[in-house]
Amino acid sequence: MAAPHTPIDWFPLWLSLEVAFAATLISLVLGIWLAWLLANRQFSGKDLLDAITTLPLALPPTVLGYYLLVVIGRNSWIGRAWEATTGTTLVFTWRAAVIASTLHAIPLLVKSSRAALESVDHACERAARSLGAAEWRIFWRVSLPLARRPIAAATALAFARSLGDFGATLMIAGDIPGRTQTAAIAIFDAVESGDTIVARTLVIVISIVTAGFVFLANRLEQRRQPA
Amino acid sequence: MIRASISKKFPAGDESAGFTLDVKFEAEPGVTVLYGPSGAGKTLTLDAIAGFLQPDAGRVLLGERILFDSGAGVHLRPQERRCGYVFQNYALFPHMTVRQNLAFAAYELPRLERHRRIAELLDRFRLNDLAGRYPRELSGGQKQRASIARALIAEPSALLLDEPARGLDAQLRADLFGVVRELRKSLRIPILLVTHDLEECFALADKVLIYEGGRIAHRGAPLKLLGNPGTAEVARLLGDFNIYEAEVLALDPGRQTSRIRLLGCEMTGPHLRACFRGDRVTLCARPEELKLVTKPGDNRIRVDLVRATERPQSIRADFGDQLIVDVPREVWSGRPDALWVEIPATSLRQLSA
Repeated sequence: MAAPHTPIDWFPLWLSLEVAFAATLISLVLGIWLAWLLANRQFSGKDLLDAITTLPLALPPTVLGYYLLVVIGRNSWIGRAWEATTGTTLVFTWRAAVIASTLHAIPLLVKSSRAALESVDHACERAARSLGAAEWRIFWRVSLPLARRPIAAATALAFARSLGDFGATLMIAGDIPGRTQTAAIAIFDAVESGDTIVARTLVIVISIVTAGFVFLANRLEQRRQPA
Repeated sequence: MIRASISKKFPAGDESAGFTLDVKFEAEPGVTVLYGPSGAGKTLTLDAIAGFLQPDAGRVLLGERILFDSGAGVHLRPQERRCGYVFQNYALFPHMTVRQNLAFAAYELPRLERHRRIAELLDRFRLNDLAGRYPRELSGGQKQRASIARALIAEPSALLLDEPARGLDAQLRADLFGVVRELRKSLRIPILLVTHDLEECFALADKVLIYEGGRIAHRGAPLKLLGNPGTAEVARLLGDFNIYEAEVLALDPGRQTSRIRLLGCEMTGPHLRACFRGDRVTLCARPEELKLVTKPGDNRIRVDLVRATERPQSIRADFGDQLIVDVPREVWSGRPDALWVEIPATSLRQLSA
């Protein structure tokens, strides 16, 4: 007797890719801004900011998820403000999954972008200053283009990492099939319920996509030529 | 015109001794060379003028504009100083072509003016055929010209060149000297040029500031400096000086001469300022002012050759004891075995201790 054949539900995979894409985009913008602050500006609380941006790398994902619940949950002021303006809750939606993934991806981007910006030949930036260029123009036309490879490599890694978040996403976005169930969570569910075909399929697809991005990141890192 | 007085203390670190930069100078339109050994504070001076280094105290004026004034709390950003700065490694933007490098500097100009100005400078620095190339595709001399062209796009009020001849071969150095001389004629702005190369210094300078340990040890027109280095320290920095300790035996103010004992021989010396019989004085003479002769006589010392070195125009003969003489080739080739060196009294210049 053949096992009951259930068609594989691809929704969790698409959701994961969409969430990872959105999270990577947000952490790219935020991360480069934070990296620029840390690399170029002197201000009080700089060490603290540095520590806070590193923390998501070290904290257990469930702890991170708990903090997120406290900060954007229905009883927090952010949660209430969101509900008042949009009429929907923030937690237990795909948006919450994006926030969780962003937190996961951002330390990587901040650290790598900061190192990349700090290793740009300062003579180029000085030259640009003496030529009268405004700071924002120096950043866009000189510093960022010269640091683009390591930042692109970090972005690829950040995408791979946000694809795989489990703990924090589960805590804050939940496990609602067809709405917030990402691939990582679907794999856990499939294993729990003994659905080995679904589990294996998702594991293989996620592995291939992640490996692809890691490979891309390494290629970008290697082709960095000395200027 | 630049009027600068700059002082800045760098405290001693774990691995570095402390350093104090304390200089005051004026630079008219023309080439002012900052000459001295590495680590004497020459590049720091350029940085303080360009706005990359904030002095502890002092004032920097460029024309009528105050760039820095510690008393008034003025410290303009580098962007507002209008100083063209040509860096040691050229600092061309590696991801832009030569034309894009120039266009970056011409950003503030209106569009037509921008194109005109870029075309003019590409032409002037013979970069037309290279405009589409990236810096990594250029030779050292081409990078240099591109870097100077870029610094001049926005019509700066001063041009700062940090060791422009470093790493260039003889031909390219000659080209560079040509470029700097041409700029000196056409630009009527102060050009500050940092170097530790004596030839470059004398080839280009209208005025020389001699740096030593964070201060200006001596200054003046290059030929005047050679005629009167002032101190033994400066004579040593200018290289090519024989420096002697001598004992004063007699003074003859009436005839503007003296009698001295130098290298163990009694001889006629120059007029000596502020000293008495029995004092020790420091004197210097240039190798080309000493004469190789074949007979004994006044102011002549018997010598034995230690080493001879070929120079472009002459032979440099070292007889030990700080007796270094530049001998014309024809004299050298016909020389006998027995030799004397004549030290003319007029070649000896007094140095203050």
